[in-house]
Amino acid sequence: MGKMTVVSWVTLFGMVLLAVLPPLFLMNGQAFYMDLATRLVILGIAAVSLNLILGFGGMVSFGHAAFIGLGAYAVGIPAHHATWGGFDLIASYNGFLHLGLAISISALFALITGAISLRTKGVYFIMITMAFGQMAFFLFQSLDVYNGDDGLTIDVRSEFPLINLDEPLQLYILSYVSLVGVMLLVRMIVNSRFGMVLQGAKGNNERMLTLGYNTYFYRLTAYVISGAMCGYAGFLLGNFTTFISPDMMHWTRSGELMFMVILGGASTLFGPVLGSSVFILVEEILSSFTIFWHLPFGLMLIGLVLFIRGGLMGLFKSKGR
Amino acid sequence: MDYTLLFVQVLNGLQLGLLLFLVASGLTLVFGILDFVNLAHGSIYMIGAFIGASLTLLLGNFLLAVLIAVPLTGVLGYLIERFVARQLYDKDHLDHVLGTFGLILVLDTSAHIIWGPAGITVPLPAWLDGQVALFTGVVFPTFRLLIISVGLAVAAGLFWLVNYTKLGMLIRAGASNRTMVSALGIDIQTLFALVFALGAMLAGLAGMLIAPITTASIGMGGQIIITAFVVIIIGGIGSMKGAFIGAIIIGLIDTLGRSFLDQLFELFMSESAAETAAPAVSAMMIYILMAIILAVKPQGLFPPKVR
Repeated sequence: MGKMTVVSWVTLFGMVLLAVLPPLFLMNGQAFYMDLATRLVILGIAAVSLNLILGFGGMVSFGHAAFIGLGAYAVGIPAHHATWGGFDLIASYNGFLHLGLAISISALFALITGAISLRTKGVYFIMITMAFGQMAFFLFQSLDVYNGDDGLTIDVRSEFPLINLDEPLQLYILSYVSLVGVMLLVRMIVNSRFGMVLQGAKGNNERMLTLGYNTYFYRLTAYVISGAMCGYAGFLLGNFTTFISPDMMHWTRSGELMFMVILGGASTLFGPVLGSSVFILVEEILSSFTIFWHLPFGLMLIGLVLFIRGGLMGLFKSKGR
Repeated sequence: MDYTLLFVQVLNGLQLGLLLFLVASGLTLVFGILDFVNLAHGSIYMIGAFIGASLTLLLGNFLLAVLIAVPLTGVLGYLIERFVARQLYDKDHLDHVLGTFGLILVLDTSAHIIWGPAGITVPLPAWLDGQVALFTGVVFPTFRLLIISVGLAVAAGLFWLVNYTKLGMLIRAGASNRTMVSALGIDIQTLFALVFALGAMLAGLAGMLIAPITTASIGMGGQIIITAFVVIIIGGIGSMKGAFIGAIIIGLIDTLGRSFLDQLFELFMSESAAETAAPAVSAMMIYILMAIILAVKPQGLFPPKVR
């Protein structure tokens, strides 16, 4: 990596903080903060996955919450059938089955919707991804077998050998390690030849096409990787909340995810994690003061768009140079 | 097949389509000329419904309330343009989306603070509340007929405005080449504000018209905005004709799908399978239609010539 910049120090500091603080809170008997940290880290994974295509690929996906929902239902539906019977093919508490389903179904959904959405660009792409996200939302809302709008309670978490997801600390460690893994994966992708083409297409698509790169294929691949990673975040979220409902896929959730990425700083490695952390903490603090916390939250968002370029990470960047 | 029911459902679909057109026309107008993505358009629709509801209860007269409330939503639109949207025009679409997403949170919470968490039921005057017999044996709610007529009248009015007036000429010119219009000495800022206010009035009117049927409620904006987006994606973003045809298609397909898809499915699958599959498929149908249309025409059915 060479010389450490301010940005890399901030990244390292933030990640160490996330590794150390929550377990300390838990040891002090403050399980609430552990819960908060787990949610924050899981949403951080989702935000990192969105950033791969939004920040580095220039594809503004407004339907990413659908992948979280699909990942969560990949835990909830097999567990539901294992408890209540029916659908023998997938009825199981086996964690590897849940994980495999979460990733493959998200990837498949990304492949199909991405293949259509990526034929368009700009505003069309934003709105089509949003519409596909809503399609998933309405699908699960209309499925009475899985309680439709009311959602599913997961009675038994995904079962793995050696680790027990019922233990908050183990679930947190799994989420944290996953976050680090996903961040390293994104860094690897971005710095690879594949990632260079992706970023080149973001900057100037015509140029990349002229150079002979089939940018559609590169973008679709990135979209599928991002969808699968986000589905993985959904798998963790389902195991964390043990309650899943179509509301997880609502378009406002996708908007929040985008907000996290932009707040922290798109096309940086740590930005999405910083964004999700600040988002969850501010939400928590504001909502403890007033039930109308969406009002200051919305004003904050407008202010962010109007006044802060490059998100919070951008602040460190300007100081670093 | 019950043809009376089919006929009534076609009228219902038409009513939904025209309501969608009122919302989508504002969206497509604002996008076409301002190149601005306004997610908060649905919130204006909701606030229109609330203002209309409050005034109806205050004045005891639905029509009078609508006449006063429509200009009020125009003022709201103007204020939004002046203080938020105008600052965002030179930024990219992502910023539009995020900024107006923030605006939704602000507007929805404000509505929550002003009108409370529960919805408001809007009473109709007796002459609008009943049903009319269209043919022998076919009755249809008078108020839904009114929505159809108002929707058609507004569509005709917009068609006239865009194609045969000076303002419409400027709107079309602004949509195809903004810089040229302002270079010719047109006050583009005022034109933008006017277009934005017009879009807000159309959305507000739609909200007022649907409130007596569904009640005015906080979540109503978020529900219609996505469908309105699907309409303009199908029609071609920026095209008024596209918005009209797209809205009618979506209105009809959505309504007919919800009422007849189970019967259609029963032709080739068991009754219980059809009962499970039909709601799921009909919930997704407009998105599947959108996907098919985009797979064939990525720019929608009527892409605007420039852009």
